[in-house]
Amino acid sequence: MTTKNIMIVGVGGQGTLLTSRILGGIITKAGYDVKLSEVHGMAQRGGSVVTFVRYGDAVAEPIVEEGQADVLIAFERLEALRYAHFLKKDGVIIVNDQRIDPITVVTGAAQYPENIIETLKKEHNVVAVDAMAEAKKLGNAKIFNTIIIGVAAKRMDFDKKQWLEVIENTVPPKTIELNKAAFEAGYALV
Amino acid sequence: MSETKIMLGNEAIARGAYEAGVKVSSAYPGTPSTEISENIVKYPEIYAEWAPNEKVAMEVAIGASISGVRAMASMKMVGVNVASDPLYTVSYIGANGGLVLAAADDPGLYSSQNEQDSRCVARVAQVPVLEPSDSQEAKDFTKLAFEYSEKYDTPVMIRTTTRLAHSQGPVTLEPRQEIPDKPYERCAAKNVMMPANAKGRHVHVENRLKQMAEDACDFAINKAIYKDTAVGFITSGIPYTYVVEAMPNASVLKLGLVHPLPRKLIEDFASKVEKLYIFEELEPLIEEQVKSWGIDCIGKELFTLQGEYSANMIRERVLGMEIETAAPAQVPARPPILCPGCPHRSTFSVLKKLGIHGAGDIGCYTLGAVSPLNIIDTTVCMGASISTLHGMEKAKGKDYIKNWVALIGDSTFLHTGVNSLMNMVYNQSTGTVLILDNSTTGMTGHQDHAATGKMLNGKETKAISLYHLCKAIGVEHVYEVDAFDIEALETLVKREVARDEVSVLIVCAPCALLKSQATKAKCIALPEKCKKCGMCLIPGCPALTQNEDGTVKIDDTMCNGCGLCMKRCKFDAIERVE
Repeated sequence: MTTKNIMIVGVGGQGTLLTSRILGGIITKAGYDVKLSEVHGMAQRGGSVVTFVRYGDAVAEPIVEEGQADVLIAFERLEALRYAHFLKKDGVIIVNDQRIDPITVVTGAAQYPENIIETLKKEHNVVAVDAMAEAKKLGNAKIFNTIIIGVAAKRMDFDKKQWLEVIENTVPPKTIELNKAAFEAGYALV
Repeated sequence: MSETKIMLGNEAIARGAYEAGVKVSSAYPGTPSTEISENIVKYPEIYAEWAPNEKVAMEVAIGASISGVRAMASMKMVGVNVASDPLYTVSYIGANGGLVLAAADDPGLYSSQNEQDSRCVARVAQVPVLEPSDSQEAKDFTKLAFEYSEKYDTPVMIRTTTRLAHSQGPVTLEPRQEIPDKPYERCAAKNVMMPANAKGRHVHVENRLKQMAEDACDFAINKAIYKDTAVGFITSGIPYTYVVEAMPNASVLKLGLVHPLPRKLIEDFASKVEKLYIFEELEPLIEEQVKSWGIDCIGKELFTLQGEYSANMIRERVLGMEIETAAPAQVPARPPILCPGCPHRSTFSVLKKLGIHGAGDIGCYTLGAVSPLNIIDTTVCMGASISTLHGMEKAKGKDYIKNWVALIGDSTFLHTGVNSLMNMVYNQSTGTVLILDNSTTGMTGHQDHAATGKMLNGKETKAISLYHLCKAIGVEHVYEVDAFDIEALETLVKREVARDEVSVLIVCAPCALLKSQATKAKCIALPEKCKKCGMCLIPGCPALTQNEDGTVKIDDTMCNGCGLCMKRCKFDAIERVE
């Protein structure tokens, strides 16, 4: 199989690392070679963060380069726009339709772009969800990232039961049931 | 069947140390090296600790090695500078038990103050360097590093970069080797580096490197892979993966040992390929040596000295391909910022109001250098805030620094800041130092240190009192103040910068991200009382934005309830709820 390229982008602190752990788990379970590349350190403090996930028969480099991503999972819509040029022509964007103002917008040095989802839809196959609203329905806003995993899982080639097993093995024990419910909610969402 | 596990590069180095039978590990946290120690501590067979700085960590590992056990020190590349004093001399002493330094470079500057290449430090220190390309090799090469260390009687550096340290890949696990301790024999000629003995050991150092360079032509980790010989690459580490990706049919000499270089193997490879490229990130360490042997090759003429490489770089510059990608969208930058509820923001809001300049240091608080706070003027290295402020005073006189303070974190103060404070006391400085004590090493992901009362393994220990330490050094004026008590802090700062003596203000409040600080408290904006004055927005908390009518709104998923915005509001338009 040719190597598949996935990117997870968001704002430092949103929990993109947990998502990449779960993705790594499901890919390994399926028996593929995999490389994931993360950002730690200073950028995690509210900066723009990106995680690369590559899997296939044999994976060499750990990064996804411009024009190569099959799937872009964005935890925030401005970050989807920032990295959209990494997508292949037929690539899919799964975007959490949430706005987090960067400090450049808060201080008035820049404007937060209008109509991001519409802009993205002109060029790409876009699945937009309000994961935060769904998470609040489950009583915990912080679980929104697992909802996004559910949305993405429906568009990937792995078995749903296996996703749930990986989630069970990856998240903190006290949060297993909540995470599974969030995954199910995301899976059923669109 | 052997077990395979997905591991971070750093986790794999830790596993390698475990399998190699390492018994002692010492380190100071620093991105991208921190997770090595955080994973080593999970193996109860290894004694693992945080040291106050990298020099201490290196010396702890040296002592363990001399006593006869395998030992490791790990650090980021700027930490290698701090540890370079013992490193240069332990190169002469060599190793009894295997001695390995794991050094993590940061090409691309994800979380560092410079882009230096540790291979160059190792070359000058005459220490061999191994460079893995993926997690599996990170584990395998770590084990090999201990073997080489003992075989050649040398410390060995295992060098990674951010892209390897923080990438995950599959690793096959093997059992731990139980290595018997080497006997300790008193031998001043080997272990006491005074001039007469060091002269003798320098001969050993030169012979050792020469021997290793010859042997390295047959090391399995230096692999010549012949395919299409029209183009050949000499490469190592992560750049090797880009070569494989971009030109899978090219011939490659993959070096696992990047210092010393296997000259005969390289000459042989060069003679068999028509066009030779050297593909190495940062400094032309391999390239310059290869060129000095009269071998025709292309390196930095084509590939940059800055940042990370990629497969597209080879596609464009070697293959002449035009990479067709959509233009990046023009979007506002999103630089890192202090978190909601960060005590540094509160402290900086007071300094900003007073028009104070900050001589800065290394930590999250470096983010006080950027808009909207803009209160840090200088950042050099760990501990430099206090000494640079002292230097300004000695250059321009005490009145010149009446609107300056030194800003340093608790962990950084214990790392090397305390030395600078001694200098201030000794040489009659009048500077004011703010120790921003958030009870952790924040930027690297919350590691304990000598003043937190906890060790790397989570066990309780004596907590060094910063207050009493400063007093013991001889600082007469030491005061503790809550970072969120902005009135008290303002009064103290005004009073102490005016004083013609050294003062230390220990500005306390735990990092908002510490688990112990988890809170349900939130601040709520009351739009009907809001006068749109913007006072609450000045410190730049990311949880605060404005509604379309200009009134303030607070994002309840981001707010940590610190109350700074509430204290700054003169109209009671913000309240805190539990």
